[in-house]
Amino acid sequence: MDLTVITNNFKFMAGGLVLTFQLSLITMAGGLLLGIILALARLSSKHWLYYPATFYIHFFRGLPLILVIFWLYFLTPVITGKSLNEFHAAVISFVVFEAAYFAEIIRAGIQSIPHGQSMAAYSSGLTSFQCARHVILPQALRNMTPALVTQAVVIFQDTSLGYVIGLREFLRRVNLVDAREARSVELYLFAGLIYLAFCSTGSLCSQRLENHRQRNWI
Amino acid sequence: MGFLNYTFDWSVLWRHPYGGMFVKGIFTTIHLSLLAWIIAVILGIMIAVFRVLPPRSIRLAGSAYVQLFRNIPFLVQLFFWYFAVPLLLPKPAQEWLYDHVPDYSYWAGVTALGTYTASRLAEQFRSGLLAIPLGQYRAAYSTGLTTFQTYRYVIVPYAFRIIIPPFTTEFLSCFKNSSLTMTISVMEITHTAYYIDSFTWHGLETTTAASMMYLCISGFIVLVMSFVEKKLRIPGMIVRSQ
Repeated sequence: MDLTVITNNFKFMAGGLVLTFQLSLITMAGGLLLGIILALARLSSKHWLYYPATFYIHFFRGLPLILVIFWLYFLTPVITGKSLNEFHAAVISFVVFEAAYFAEIIRAGIQSIPHGQSMAAYSSGLTSFQCARHVILPQALRNMTPALVTQAVVIFQDTSLGYVIGLREFLRRVNLVDAREARSVELYLFAGLIYLAFCSTGSLCSQRLENHRQRNWI
Repeated sequence: MGFLNYTFDWSVLWRHPYGGMFVKGIFTTIHLSLLAWIIAVILGIMIAVFRVLPPRSIRLAGSAYVQLFRNIPFLVQLFFWYFAVPLLLPKPAQEWLYDHVPDYSYWAGVTALGTYTASRLAEQFRSGLLAIPLGQYRAAYSTGLTTFQTYRYVIVPYAFRIIIPPFTTEFLSCFKNSSLTMTISVMEITHTAYYIDSFTWHGLETTTAASMMYLCISGFIVLVMSFVEKKLRIPGMIVRSQ
């Protein structure tokens, strides 16, 4: 055990952690937005909305994230003629991929709202958009907060896959330090501990929220 | 628009030096995920039982395992098994490993995937165990079964049938996670796509083909599992859908 390898390269690795956080936050915001649209489309009675959204969700849930990242990385030069930088490629593929998972969480949340709520909204003269915006979504979002926090933890872990296209996030930087210093045991234990600290905090939050929700419901 | 000028060359998938590589890749992916799955099921059942057994220390050990493996990204675990674990072994064992296990990356992948999936499976299994009415436990104890026998003959088989749907989901995510072993150069589907691309510069074709393979295989698994689920359904048992 030689912990100086961590203290000597701490600044370099912390920079990666900042990038990891940025990536997760952008992914969460984008994924949530796209996920809400997809979930509403999937619950719609219009076929031209329902089928594309369902196809999208099944398609991306059936693929490993790593392949989505690669695919986008190879596809953009073909479409635009020049390649994306790693950060943008990672952000786009994460948003596109996580949106499918968010959509399913949101759909479950919306379906947990009793049908009477939307019937009441319609009968008081709201349009279907107003009903979703003012009645269903606010309740549903509160219901699904624990699941969303869990998904945020998953996204935080998934950003480590930026590794494969050379994005210098936390894990990539740990790997680079390891390539130079050859101290795998210390470095990967350190990386594991850092991820563990953040993710277990997130999981704990999710559990608390779930307990809180169950106590205050019904 | 470079899109119009791009010539798709699908023949890279079966052309001379690369022909058959994808077939091998599919087999590697399948037996890698199946081996990992076997480890995960055995370990997952053990941990789930640990997590509901009365002694507090055993329960704590079970939850520590789950917390540890769930909250560290799979890629970090994979690198740990591949890069760090050999260094932790004593010298002779290390040398034996380098001399006699040429495909150590494969075994590191199996171990990492198995232990990781076990932690996720344990949670599913635990919720299955908790879904079993308390009367079942009492009935088993009152007929004179020991704790071990109760779990072995009554509770675990019962819980097993309840959790088949999340089981399928978990197997699919195990199957998809096996693609991450490409980072330690296991020649499965994803790495084959990446490998052929690095020689031919036709990444789009290879990646599309790889995606189709994942979709087809997972579609097949879903079909088989929904058949199994119908076969094994407990008569009269109403399970809350997830």
